[in-house]
Amino acid sequence: MSIDLKTIKHISRLSRISVDEKRAEKLADDLNSIFEFIEKLNELKTDDVKPLTSIAETTLKFRSDEIKSKNIREQIIKNSPEDNEDYFVVPKVIE
Amino acid sequence: MSEITKQSLTELVENIKNKKLSSTDVTQAFIQRSEKSSELNAYITDDFTSALDKAKKFDQNPNLDLKLPGIPMAVKDLFCTKNVKTTAGSKILNNFVPTYESTVTENIWNEGAILLGKLNCDEFAMGSSNETSHFGNVQNPIDKNLVPGGSSGGSASAVAGQLTPITIGTDTGGSIRQPASFTGIVGLKPTYGSCSRYGIVAFASSLDQAGPMAQNVKDCALLQEVISTYDLKDSTSINFKRNHYSKELTKNIKGKKIGIPKEYRVDGMPKEIEDLWQKGIQYAKDCGAETIDISLPHTSYALPTYYIVAPAEASSNLARYDGVKYGYRAKGENLIDMYEKTRSEGFGAEVQRRIMIGTYVLSSGYYDAYYLKAQKVRKLIKNDFDEAYKKVDAILTPSTPSSAFKIGEKTNDPVSMYLNDIFTVPVNLAGLPGISIPAGHDTKGYPLGLQIIGKAFDEQNILNIAFAMEEKINFKNKITDWWIK
Repeated sequence: MSIDLKTIKHISRLSRISVDEKRAEKLADDLNSIFEFIEKLNELKTDDVKPLTSIAETTLKFRSDEIKSKNIREQIIKNSPEDNEDYFVVPKVIE
Repeated sequence: MSEITKQSLTELVENIKNKKLSSTDVTQAFIQRSEKSSELNAYITDDFTSALDKAKKFDQNPNLDLKLPGIPMAVKDLFCTKNVKTTAGSKILNNFVPTYESTVTENIWNEGAILLGKLNCDEFAMGSSNETSHFGNVQNPIDKNLVPGGSSGGSASAVAGQLTPITIGTDTGGSIRQPASFTGIVGLKPTYGSCSRYGIVAFASSLDQAGPMAQNVKDCALLQEVISTYDLKDSTSINFKRNHYSKELTKNIKGKKIGIPKEYRVDGMPKEIEDLWQKGIQYAKDCGAETIDISLPHTSYALPTYYIVAPAEASSNLARYDGVKYGYRAKGENLIDMYEKTRSEGFGAEVQRRIMIGTYVLSSGYYDAYYLKAQKVRKLIKNDFDEAYKKVDAILTPSTPSSAFKIGEKTNDPVSMYLNDIFTVPVNLAGLPGISIPAGHDTKGYPLGLQIIGKAFDEQNILNIAFAMEEKINFKNKITDWWIK
C-alpha cells in the first residue's frame, strides 16, 4: 500500500494540522516507510485471537460522584491564551 | 567524606540524617554543579532560588524521619509541578504553568525532597535521542556530541553528570531504560498501574509509566518505594501489596530461574552486545541463579505493534492541544484555521508524524486492519511472557541493540531510530516491570546495559537480581567532566 498526497491532505485535515506541499511530500515518504515496517503484522493470522483491551485485566472502579475541587475558576482560566471575564475567547464561530 | 555531588542518594540521606551534611550544603552543591553544566542542556527550567529557600527552611526544623530528607532533585519536564513551568519539551506548552501537582512528584516532596528544576526530554516523550525536544539536544556526559538516549535524555544526562542525585523519568517504549543504558546508570520501568499517571503529560495511556533513574540499584529501590502508591485519581492505578523495596533488597538470588529468550538475538546486532549478554548470563550464574533458554516467539512483531498502538493513543491524547484553554495559540482566520495553524506551529515534526500515523490507523475503514490487528498481536506478545513465566522468575536481555550514537546520526530515518527500542518495547506492551543496569563498555568506551524483565508487580525480584549482579559487574562510569570549563 502507498500513502499519496491526497491521503496526507485528508489525514492532516482530520488531525487539524495544516501541512504545506513541501512538508506533505516529506510526510508521505516518512509514513510510507513506517507503514511498510508495520505491514509485517500481516504475516500473523489473528482471526481467533481476542484483542487485548486492558493490560492489567482488572475492572475499572467506580468512584462516587462528588465535587472535590471547589472555586477553582481562576486556576482553570489561568493558562488561557485569551480570556474575558470567566470565558475562554476564540475566533468568532457564528456570523 | 567524598565530594557531595559524587555521593549516591543513599549516602546523602545517611549524611543528612547523621547531621554530617545539611540540606543547604547538598542543595547548594548540586545547584553549583548544575550551573557549571549548561553545555549539557539537561535542564529546561531551573528552580534554584526557590530550591535553596526550601533547603534553608528544611534545615531550620529538619524532619529526619522522612525517606528523602532535604534531598534536592530535578525531574523530567513531563511531570506537572504546581507553579513551575511544565513544557513536555514542546513549543505548544512553552508557557504552561500547572496549577496542580502530579501524584508521583507530590509523593516525592511529601518525603522531604526539594525540586531543583525540570529536565529536558523528547517532545511529548516521543523520541529515542532527545533530539525532538523544542529546547534543543542534550549532551551525554560520556562524550561530546553523543546523544543521551531518550525520551528521558535530560534525566539520564543529569544523573550521569551528577547534576541531581537521582531523578524520575517516564517510559512508554523504553524511555527510561534506553537512556539509562546510554549513560551508564540504572533505570526502572515499573509494572503498569504501579505508579500513578495523574499529572503526567499523557503520551500513550496504556503504556506510560513513571519510574526512577539512579546511580545504583539501592537508590533506585528507595525512590520506587516513594513513588509507587495506589491513587484514586488514576483509574488504571492498581491496588496491590507494595514492598518496602529498599528495606527488602537482598543479594540472595540463589536458585532464581532466569530466562534467556533466543529471539532477542537479532540480525545485525553488534558482537559486543552479544558478548555483554553472555557475560551477564555468567554473572547471574555466579550469583547463584539458574539460567534457562526460553522462547518469546512474537518478539519481532512488538515494534510494528507499538508503532500502531502508541501513535493511536497519542493522536487521541494530543487532541486537547487546540490553542483554546492553555498553551501556544497561533492566529487564524477562523476557529478551524486557528486550530490547524496552532498545531502545525506548536508541534514538532516527530510529534506531527505520530499524530498523523495515529489518526490514519484510527480513521474510518482502517481501524480493523491496523488498530484492532495490533491489539490482537499485543495479546500474543503478552501470552508469550505469561507462558515463559510458568518456567522462569525473570528474563535477562541486553537493554539496547547498540551503544549511544552521535547527535544527528539517525534523525533522517525514523525507522532506524525506532529500532533502538526493540528490546524495551515488548515490556511496555505486556505491562511488565523492567530494569536496565550498566554492565560494561563497548570498544569506544561507551556504556552498555543489561535489562532484567520481571513478572507483573514483581519489582522486588528484579531489583534483587539487579542488586546481586551489580556487585559482580562492579561497573565504573567513565565521566571526565569534559563539559565543565
